[in-house]
Amino acid sequence: MANSVNCNIVSAEASIYSGSVEQVIAAGSAGDLGILPGHTPLLTSLKPGPVRVKIEGGDEENFFVSGGFMEVQPDVVTILADSAIRAHDLDEKAAEESRREALHSLNEKSAELDYTRASAELAEAVAKLRTIQQLRNRLG
Amino acid sequence: MAAAKEIRSQIGSIKNTQKITSAMEMVAASKMRKAQDLMKASHPYAREIRNVVAHLADANPEYRHAYTLPRDEVKRVGYIVVSSDRGLCGGLNTNLFKATVKDAGAWRDQDVEMDFCALGGKASHFFNKYGGRLVAAKSGLGEAPRVEDLIGSVKVMLEAYDEGQLDRLYVVHNEFVNTMTQKPVVRQLLPLSTDVGDDETNQENARPRSWDYLYEPDAKALLDSLLVRFIESQVYQAVVENGACEQAARMIAMKSATDNAGDLVDDLEMVYNKARQAAITQEISEIVGGAAAV
Repeated sequence: MANSVNCNIVSAEASIYSGSVEQVIAAGSAGDLGILPGHTPLLTSLKPGPVRVKIEGGDEENFFVSGGFMEVQPDVVTILADSAIRAHDLDEKAAEESRREALHSLNEKSAELDYTRASAELAEAVAKLRTIQQLRNRLG
Repeated sequence: MAAAKEIRSQIGSIKNTQKITSAMEMVAASKMRKAQDLMKASHPYAREIRNVVAHLADANPEYRHAYTLPRDEVKRVGYIVVSSDRGLCGGLNTNLFKATVKDAGAWRDQDVEMDFCALGGKASHFFNKYGGRLVAAKSGLGEAPRVEDLIGSVKVMLEAYDEGQLDRLYVVHNEFVNTMTQKPVVRQLLPLSTDVGDDETNQENARPRSWDYLYEPDAKALLDSLLVRFIESQVYQAVVENGACEQAARMIAMKSATDNAGDLVDDLEMVYNKARQAAITQEISEIVGGAAAV
Protein backbone atom coordinates (compact mmCIF):
# COMPACT_ATOMS: atom_id res chain seq x y z
CA MET A 1 0.00 0.00 0.00
CA ALA A 2 2.80 2.33 0.93
CA ASN A 3 4.32 2.22 -2.52
CA SER A 4 1.25 2.73 -4.63
CA VAL A 5 -1.18 5.54 -5.08
CA ASN A 6 -4.61 5.66 -6.71
CA CYS A 7 -4.68 7.59 -9.91
CA ASN A 8 -7.80 8.88 -11.67
CA ILE A 9 -7.60 10.66 -14.99
CA VAL A 10 -10.90 12.12 -16.13
CA SER A 11 -11.91 14.49 -18.88
CA ALA A 12 -15.23 16.29 -19.19
CA GLU A 13 -16.48 13.70 -21.65
CA ALA A 14 -15.16 10.47 -20.18
CA SER A 15 -13.11 8.69 -17.56
CA ILE A 16 -9.73 7.93 -19.10
CA TYR A 17 -7.80 5.97 -16.54
CA SER A 18 -8.32 4.73 -13.04
CA GLY A 19 -6.08 2.43 -11.07
CA SER A 20 -3.32 1.92 -8.58
CA VAL A 21 0.06 3.21 -9.77
CA GLU A 22 3.65 3.70 -8.56
CA GLN A 23 4.36 7.07 -10.07
CA VAL A 24 2.62 9.78 -12.05
CA ILE A 25 4.62 12.16 -14.24
CA ALA A 26 2.82 15.20 -15.59
CA ALA A 27 3.65 18.57 -17.10
CA GLY A 28 2.70 21.09 -14.42
CA SER A 29 2.50 24.77 -15.21
CA ALA A 30 5.76 25.32 -13.34
CA GLY A 31 7.59 22.32 -14.77
CA ASP A 32 7.36 18.58 -14.99
CA LEU A 33 6.27 16.82 -11.84
CA GLY A 34 6.86 13.28 -10.71
CA ILE A 35 4.41 12.25 -8.03
CA LEU A 36 5.28 9.33 -5.77
CA PRO A 37 2.98 7.80 -3.15
CA GLY A 38 2.68 9.82 0.05
CA HIS A 39 3.15 13.17 -1.64
CA THR A 40 2.04 16.20 0.32
CA PRO A 41 -1.28 17.73 -0.84
CA LEU A 42 -0.69 19.67 -4.02
CA LEU A 43 -2.90 21.49 -6.45
CA THR A 44 -1.52 22.55 -9.80
CA SER A 45 -2.68 23.47 -13.24
CA LEU A 46 -1.35 21.41 -16.12
CA LYS A 47 0.17 22.51 -19.38
CA PRO A 48 -0.71 20.68 -22.54
CA GLY A 49 1.57 17.70 -22.52
CA PRO A 50 2.13 14.06 -21.79
CA VAL A 51 1.08 12.33 -18.60
CA ARG A 52 2.97 9.16 -17.83
CA VAL A 53 1.70 6.66 -15.36
CA LYS A 54 4.01 3.95 -14.00
CA ILE A 55 2.07 0.89 -13.01
CA GLU A 56 3.28 -1.76 -10.62
CA GLY A 57 5.43 -4.25 -12.48
CA GLY A 58 7.28 -1.71 -14.58
CA ASP A 59 4.59 -1.08 -17.17
CA GLU A 60 3.84 2.42 -18.33
CA GLU A 61 0.74 4.09 -19.69
CA ASN A 62 0.91 7.31 -21.68
CA PHE A 63 -1.76 9.94 -22.03
CA PHE A 64 -1.99 13.32 -23.56
CA VAL A 65 -3.80 16.15 -21.83
CA SER A 66 -4.46 19.53 -23.38
CA GLY A 67 -4.40 21.32 -20.07
CA GLY A 68 -6.33 20.90 -16.86
CA PHE A 69 -5.70 20.46 -13.15
CA MET A 70 -4.00 17.92 -10.95
CA GLU A 71 -4.87 17.36 -7.34
CA VAL A 72 -2.52 15.31 -5.21
CA GLN A 73 -3.43 13.81 -1.88
CA PRO A 74 -1.12 11.37 -0.10
CA ASP A 75 -3.15 8.40 -1.29
CA VAL A 76 -4.83 9.66 -4.45
CA VAL A 77 -3.89 11.63 -7.55
CA THR A 78 -6.70 13.17 -9.57
CA ILE A 79 -6.12 14.65 -12.99
CA LEU A 80 -8.95 16.80 -14.31
CA ALA A 81 -8.06 17.04 -17.95
CA ASP A 82 -9.64 19.44 -20.39
CA SER A 83 -9.37 16.61 -22.83
CA ALA A 84 -7.24 13.52 -22.58
CA ILE A 85 -6.43 10.87 -25.10
CA ARG A 86 -4.35 7.76 -24.85
CA ALA A 87 -0.99 8.53 -26.36
CA HIS A 88 -1.28 5.64 -28.79
CA ASP A 89 -4.31 7.30 -30.32
CA LEU A 90 -2.36 10.41 -31.11
CA ASP A 91 -2.11 10.95 -34.77
CA GLU A 92 1.28 12.44 -35.42
CA LYS A 93 0.29 13.66 -38.80
CA ALA A 94 -2.74 15.46 -37.41
CA ALA A 95 -0.60 17.04 -34.72
CA GLU A 96 1.93 18.20 -37.30
CA GLU A 97 -0.91 19.55 -39.40
CA SER A 98 -2.49 21.57 -36.63
CA ARG A 99 0.94 22.90 -35.64
CA ARG A 100 1.49 24.11 -39.18
CA GLU A 101 -1.93 25.63 -39.26
CA ALA A 102 -1.30 27.46 -36.00
CA LEU A 103 2.08 28.73 -37.23
CA HIS A 104 0.47 29.76 -40.46
CA SER A 105 -2.20 31.81 -38.76
CA LEU A 106 0.42 33.30 -36.42
CA ASN A 107 2.42 34.55 -39.36
CA GLU A 108 -0.57 35.68 -41.28
CA LYS A 109 -1.24 39.26 -40.33
CA SER A 110 -4.87 39.22 -41.24
CA ALA A 111 -7.47 41.37 -39.57
CA GLU A 112 -9.28 38.60 -37.77
CA LEU A 113 -6.05 37.19 -36.38
CA ASP A 114 -6.79 35.61 -33.06
CA TYR A 115 -3.34 35.62 -31.55
CA THR A 116 -4.03 34.02 -28.20
CA ARG A 117 -6.04 31.25 -29.72
CA ALA A 118 -3.40 30.50 -32.32
CA SER A 119 -0.60 30.39 -29.77
CA ALA A 120 -2.68 28.09 -27.56
CA GLU A 121 -3.17 25.80 -30.54
CA LEU A 122 0.52 25.90 -31.24
CA ALA A 123 1.41 25.00 -27.65
CA GLU A 124 -1.01 22.10 -27.82
CA ALA A 125 0.37 20.79 -31.09
CA VAL A 126 3.96 21.02 -29.86
CA ALA A 127 2.98 19.18 -26.68
CA LYS A 128 1.36 16.43 -28.73
CA LEU A 129 4.53 16.02 -30.74
CA ARG A 130 6.53 15.89 -27.52
CA THR A 131 4.35 13.05 -26.28
CA ILE A 132 4.86 11.13 -29.48
CA GLN A 133 8.61 11.65 -29.45
CA GLN A 134 8.89 10.48 -25.85
CA LEU A 135 6.97 7.39 -26.78
CA ARG A 136 9.10 6.76 -29.81
CA ASN A 137 12.38 7.17 -27.92
CA ARG A 138 11.30 4.61 -25.42
CA LEU A 139 10.12 2.15 -27.98
CA GLY A 140 13.54 2.42 -29.66
CA MET B 1 -73.72 8.43 -46.79
CA ALA B 2 -72.12 11.89 -46.37
CA ALA B 3 -71.48 11.51 -42.64
CA ALA B 4 -69.78 8.17 -43.18
CA LYS B 5 -67.45 9.67 -45.75
CA GLU B 6 -66.48 12.48 -43.39
CA ILE B 7 -65.67 9.98 -40.67
CA ARG B 8 -63.59 7.95 -43.14
CA SER B 9 -61.38 10.96 -43.91
CA GLN B 10 -61.11 11.81 -40.21
CA ILE B 11 -59.86 8.30 -39.50
CA GLY B 12 -57.37 8.64 -42.32
CA SER B 13 -55.91 11.84 -40.96
CA ILE B 14 -55.65 10.46 -37.43
CA LYS B 15 -53.82 7.43 -38.77
CA ASN B 16 -51.35 9.71 -40.53
CA THR B 17 -50.71 11.60 -37.30
CA GLN B 18 -50.24 8.29 -35.54
CA LYS B 19 -47.56 7.29 -38.04
CA ILE B 20 -45.69 10.50 -37.32
CA THR B 21 -45.90 10.20 -33.55
CA SER B 22 -44.81 6.58 -33.57
CA ALA B 23 -41.83 7.46 -35.77
CA MET B 24 -40.93 10.27 -33.37
CA GLU B 25 -41.20 7.87 -30.49
CA MET B 26 -38.68 5.52 -32.05
CA VAL B 27 -36.31 8.35 -32.92
CA ALA B 28 -36.51 9.69 -29.37
CA ALA B 29 -35.84 6.21 -27.97
CA SER B 30 -32.62 5.84 -29.91
CA LYS B 31 -31.54 9.41 -29.14
CA MET B 32 -32.29 8.84 -25.49
CA ARG B 33 -29.80 5.99 -25.39
CA LYS B 34 -27.10 8.26 -26.80
CA ALA B 35 -28.00 11.10 -24.45
CA GLN B 36 -27.87 8.74 -21.49
CA ASP B 37 -24.42 7.52 -22.52
CA LEU B 38 -23.26 11.12 -22.72
CA MET B 39 -24.71 11.80 -19.30
CA LYS B 40 -22.98 8.77 -17.78
CA ALA B 41 -19.67 9.65 -19.45
CA SER B 42 -19.69 13.10 -17.90
CA HIS B 43 -20.29 11.82 -14.37
CA PRO B 44 -16.67 10.94 -13.45
CA TYR B 45 -15.35 14.43 -14.18
CA ALA B 46 -18.16 16.11 -12.27
CA ARG B 47 -17.63 13.76 -9.34
CA GLU B 48 -13.87 14.22 -9.19
CA ILE B 49 -13.96 17.99 -9.50
CA ARG B 50 -16.65 18.09 -6.80
CA ASN B 51 -14.34 16.06 -4.57
CA VAL B 52 -11.46 18.41 -5.21
CA VAL B 53 -13.61 21.44 -4.40
CA ALA B 54 -14.86 19.67 -1.29
CA HIS B 55 -11.26 19.02 -0.22
CA LEU B 56 -10.54 22.64 -0.87
CA ALA B 57 -13.45 23.76 1.29
CA ASP B 58 -12.07 21.51 3.98
CA ALA B 59 -8.49 22.67 3.77
CA ASN B 60 -7.27 25.81 5.41
CA PRO B 61 -6.19 27.78 2.40
CA GLU B 62 -4.13 30.94 2.55
CA TYR B 63 -6.46 32.50 0.02
CA ARG B 64 -10.24 32.40 0.14
CA HIS B 65 -11.85 32.82 -3.22
CA ALA B 66 -14.87 35.10 -3.52
CA TYR B 67 -16.99 32.14 -4.66
CA THR B 68 -16.48 30.34 -1.37
CA LEU B 69 -17.41 33.27 0.86
CA PRO B 70 -21.04 33.50 1.90
CA ARG B 71 -22.91 36.69 1.09
CA ASP B 72 -25.47 37.72 3.67
CA GLU B 73 -27.22 40.48 1.83
CA VAL B 74 -29.04 39.40 -1.29
CA LYS B 75 -30.14 42.07 -3.73
CA ARG B 76 -30.17 40.20 -7.02
CA VAL B 77 -30.11 36.55 -7.86
CA GLY B 78 -29.23 34.82 -11.10
CA TYR B 79 -30.76 31.73 -12.59
CA ILE B 80 -29.23 29.59 -15.29
CA VAL B 81 -32.21 27.79 -16.74
CA VAL B 82 -31.53 24.72 -18.86
CA SER B 83 -34.37 23.78 -21.17
CA SER B 84 -34.80 21.89 -24.39
CA ASP B 85 -34.65 23.54 -27.79
CA ARG B 86 -37.73 21.85 -29.12
CA GLY B 87 -41.19 21.12 -27.87
CA LEU B 88 -43.33 18.00 -28.11
CA CYS B 89 -41.81 16.58 -24.99
CA GLY B 90 -44.79 16.62 -22.65
CA GLY B 91 -44.71 18.84 -19.58
CA LEU B 92 -40.94 18.78 -19.31
CA ASN B 93 -40.27 22.46 -19.94
CA THR B 94 -43.50 23.69 -18.38
CA ASN B 95 -42.71 21.91 -15.14
CA LEU B 96 -39.22 23.32 -15.19
CA PHE B 97 -40.45 26.88 -15.70
CA LYS B 98 -43.03 26.43 -12.97
CA ALA B 99 -40.33 25.34 -10.56
CA THR B 100 -38.19 28.32 -11.57
CA VAL B 101 -41.04 30.78 -11.22
CA LYS B 102 -41.93 29.36 -7.82
CA ASP B 103 -38.37 29.70 -6.60
CA ALA B 104 -38.02 33.15 -8.15
CA GLY B 105 -41.35 34.19 -6.62
CA ALA B 106 -40.00 33.51 -3.15
CA TRP B 107 -37.13 35.90 -3.86
CA ARG B 108 -39.46 38.43 -5.44
CA ASP B 109 -41.49 38.53 -2.23
CA GLN B 110 -38.31 39.68 -0.49
CA ASP B 111 -37.87 42.44 -3.07
CA VAL B 112 -34.95 40.69 -4.67
CA GLU B 113 -34.49 41.23 -8.37
CA MET B 114 -33.36 38.54 -10.73
CA ASP B 115 -31.40 37.85 -13.86
CA PHE B 116 -31.90 34.88 -16.10
CA CYS B 117 -29.57 33.00 -18.37
CA ALA B 118 -31.44 30.75 -20.76
CA LEU B 119 -29.79 27.67 -22.22
CA GLY B 120 -32.10 26.21 -24.82
CA GLY B 121 -34.63 27.83 -27.14
CA LYS B 122 -37.69 27.20 -25.00
CA ALA B 123 -36.20 28.92 -21.98
CA SER B 124 -35.21 32.08 -23.84
CA HIS B 125 -38.67 32.22 -25.36
CA PHE B 126 -40.34 31.86 -21.98
CA PHE B 127 -38.16 34.29 -20.05
CA ASN B 128 -38.46 36.92 -22.74
CA LYS B 129 -42.12 37.09 -21.83
CA TYR B 130 -41.83 36.42 -18.12
CA GLY B 131 -40.06 39.59 -17.07
CA GLY B 132 -36.88 39.87 -15.12
CA ARG B 133 -33.77 40.44 -17.14
CA LEU B 134 -32.60 37.90 -19.66
CA VAL B 135 -28.89 38.59 -19.69
CA ALA B 136 -27.59 35.64 -21.65
CA ALA B 137 -29.10 33.05 -23.93
CA LYS B 138 -27.78 30.16 -25.92
CA SER B 139 -29.81 27.82 -28.01
CA GLY B 140 -29.20 25.19 -30.63
CA LEU B 141 -26.91 23.13 -28.42
CA GLY B 142 -27.91 19.98 -30.26
CA GLU B 143 -27.76 16.43 -29.02
CA ALA B 144 -24.11 16.41 -28.05
CA PRO B 145 -23.43 19.75 -26.36
CA ARG B 146 -19.80 20.61 -25.74
CA VAL B 147 -18.34 22.47 -22.82
CA GLU B 148 -17.04 25.15 -25.19
CA ASP B 149 -20.60 26.00 -26.20
CA LEU B 150 -21.52 26.92 -22.65
CA ILE B 151 -18.48 28.88 -21.57
CA GLY B 152 -19.78 32.17 -22.95
CA SER B 153 -23.13 32.20 -21.20
CA VAL B 154 -21.65 30.95 -17.93
CA LYS B 155 -19.00 33.65 -18.11
CA VAL B 156 -21.66 36.36 -18.35
CA MET B 157 -23.20 35.16 -15.09
CA LEU B 158 -19.87 34.68 -13.33
CA GLU B 159 -18.73 38.15 -14.28
CA ALA B 160 -21.95 39.60 -12.91
CA TYR B 161 -21.26 37.70 -9.71
CA ASP B 162 -17.67 38.95 -9.58
CA GLU B 163 -18.83 42.52 -9.96
CA GLY B 164 -21.35 42.09 -7.18
CA GLN B 165 -24.38 42.48 -9.43
CA LEU B 166 -25.49 39.01 -8.43
CA ASP B 167 -25.38 37.64 -4.92
CA ARG B 168 -26.64 34.14 -5.64
CA LEU B 169 -26.43 31.94 -8.68
CA TYR B 170 -28.69 28.99 -9.28
CA VAL B 171 -28.92 26.42 -12.02
CA VAL B 172 -32.33 24.98 -12.87
CA HIS B 173 -32.59 21.79 -14.88
CA ASN B 174 -34.43 18.50 -15.06
CA GLU B 175 -33.04 15.62 -13.10
CA PHE B 176 -33.08 12.25 -14.80
CA VAL B 177 -34.66 9.90 -12.26
CA ASN B 178 -35.57 7.23 -14.76
CA THR B 179 -37.14 7.01 -18.19
CA MET B 180 -40.63 7.67 -16.83
CA THR B 181 -39.74 10.36 -14.31
CA GLN B 182 -37.94 13.65 -14.69
CA LYS B 183 -37.82 16.06 -11.81
CA PRO B 184 -37.07 19.77 -12.05
CA VAL B 185 -34.39 20.81 -9.57
CA VAL B 186 -33.04 24.18 -8.50
CA ARG B 187 -29.45 23.97 -7.29
CA GLN B 188 -27.31 26.68 -5.83
CA LEU B 189 -24.02 27.20 -7.64
CA LEU B 190 -22.72 30.31 -5.93
CA PRO B 191 -21.64 30.97 -3.33
CA LEU B 192 -20.43 27.41 -3.05
CA SER B 193 -22.58 25.75 -0.48
CA THR B 194 -20.74 23.76 2.12
CA ASP B 195 -22.41 20.49 1.18
CA VAL B 196 -20.79 20.31 -2.26
CA GLY B 197 -19.34 16.88 -1.66
CA ASP B 198 -21.72 15.27 0.75
CA ASP B 199 -20.42 11.79 -0.03
CA GLU B 200 -17.04 12.87 1.29
CA THR B 201 -17.98 14.83 4.38
CA ASN B 202 -18.07 11.99 6.89
CA GLN B 203 -14.60 10.92 6.03
CA GLU B 204 -13.32 14.45 5.84
CA ASN B 205 -14.74 15.62 9.13
CA ALA B 206 -12.39 13.32 10.95
CA ARG B 207 -9.42 15.17 9.51
CA PRO B 208 -8.28 18.35 11.23
CA ARG B 209 -8.58 21.50 9.17
CA SER B 210 -5.01 22.50 9.56
CA TRP B 211 -3.48 21.43 6.28
CA ASP B 212 -3.24 23.26 3.04
CA TYR B 213 -2.27 22.45 -0.49
CA LEU B 214 0.92 23.40 -2.16
CA TYR B 215 -0.18 25.57 -5.05
CA GLU B 216 1.47 25.85 -8.40
CA PRO B 217 1.75 28.47 -9.79
CA ASP B 218 -0.03 30.36 -7.00
CA ALA B 219 -3.20 29.95 -5.03
CA LYS B 220 -5.10 32.85 -6.53
CA ALA B 221 -4.57 32.10 -10.20
CA LEU B 222 -5.16 28.42 -9.62
CA LEU B 223 -8.35 28.74 -7.60
CA ASP B 224 -9.75 31.32 -9.99
CA SER B 225 -9.50 28.98 -12.92
CA LEU B 226 -10.38 25.85 -10.97
CA LEU B 227 -13.60 27.26 -9.56
CA VAL B 228 -14.64 28.65 -12.92
CA ARG B 229 -14.00 25.22 -14.38
CA PHE B 230 -16.03 23.71 -11.56
CA ILE B 231 -19.04 25.89 -12.31
CA GLU B 232 -18.72 25.15 -16.01
CA SER B 233 -18.64 21.45 -15.36
CA GLN B 234 -21.73 21.70 -13.15
CA VAL B 235 -23.60 23.55 -15.87
CA TYR B 236 -22.39 21.11 -18.52
CA GLN B 237 -23.58 18.25 -16.36
CA ALA B 238 -26.97 19.98 -16.05
CA VAL B 239 -27.19 20.39 -19.82
CA VAL B 240 -26.41 16.79 -20.70
CA GLU B 241 -28.72 15.52 -18.00
CA ASN B 242 -31.48 17.76 -19.31
CA GLY B 243 -30.78 16.40 -22.78
CA ALA B 244 -31.39 12.85 -21.61
CA CYS B 245 -34.56 14.04 -19.85
CA GLU B 246 -35.77 15.70 -23.02
CA GLN B 247 -35.47 12.56 -25.10
CA ALA B 248 -37.05 10.41 -22.42
CA ALA B 249 -39.94 12.83 -21.97
CA ARG B 250 -40.45 13.05 -25.73
CA MET B 251 -40.47 9.29 -26.03
CA ILE B 252 -43.14 8.99 -23.34
CA ALA B 253 -45.18 11.86 -24.77
CA MET B 254 -45.08 10.38 -28.27
CA LYS B 255 -45.93 6.94 -26.97
CA SER B 256 -49.04 8.21 -25.25
CA ALA B 257 -49.93 10.26 -28.33
CA THR B 258 -49.68 7.12 -30.47
CA ASP B 259 -51.83 5.19 -27.99
CA ASN B 260 -54.41 7.97 -27.88
CA ALA B 261 -54.56 8.09 -31.66
CA GLY B 262 -55.21 4.34 -31.65
CA ASP B 263 -58.12 4.79 -29.21
CA LEU B 264 -59.55 7.60 -31.32
CA VAL B 265 -59.38 5.49 -34.46
CA ASP B 266 -61.17 2.62 -32.68
CA ASP B 267 -63.96 4.94 -31.50
CA LEU B 268 -64.36 6.53 -34.90
CA GLU B 269 -64.44 3.17 -36.63
CA MET B 270 -67.31 2.21 -34.35
CA VAL B 271 -69.19 5.38 -35.24
CA TYR B 272 -68.42 4.84 -38.93
CA ASN B 273 -69.79 1.28 -38.89
CA LYS B 274 -72.95 2.46 -37.18
CA ALA B 275 -73.43 5.20 -39.77
CA ARG B 276 -72.86 2.75 -42.60
CA GLN B 277 -75.31 0.26 -41.09
CA ALA B 278 -77.89 3.00 -40.61
CA ALA B 279 -77.54 4.04 -44.24
CA ILE B 280 -78.06 0.45 -45.45
CA THR B 281 -81.08 -0.04 -43.21
CA GLN B 282 -82.59 3.16 -44.48
CA GLU B 283 -82.05 2.13 -48.07
CA ILE B 284 -83.71 -1.26 -47.51
CA SER B 285 -86.71 0.30 -45.80
CA GLU B 286 -87.01 2.77 -48.66
CA ILE B 287 -87.01 -0.08 -51.19
CA VAL B 288 -89.50 -2.07 -49.14
CA GLY B 289 -91.67 0.99 -48.75
CA GLY B 290 -91.50 1.65 -52.47
CA ALA B 291 -92.43 -1.96 -53.35
CA ALA B 292 -95.39 -1.85 -50.96
CA ALA B 293 -96.67 1.32 -52.60
CA VAL B 294 -96.71 -0.37 -56.02
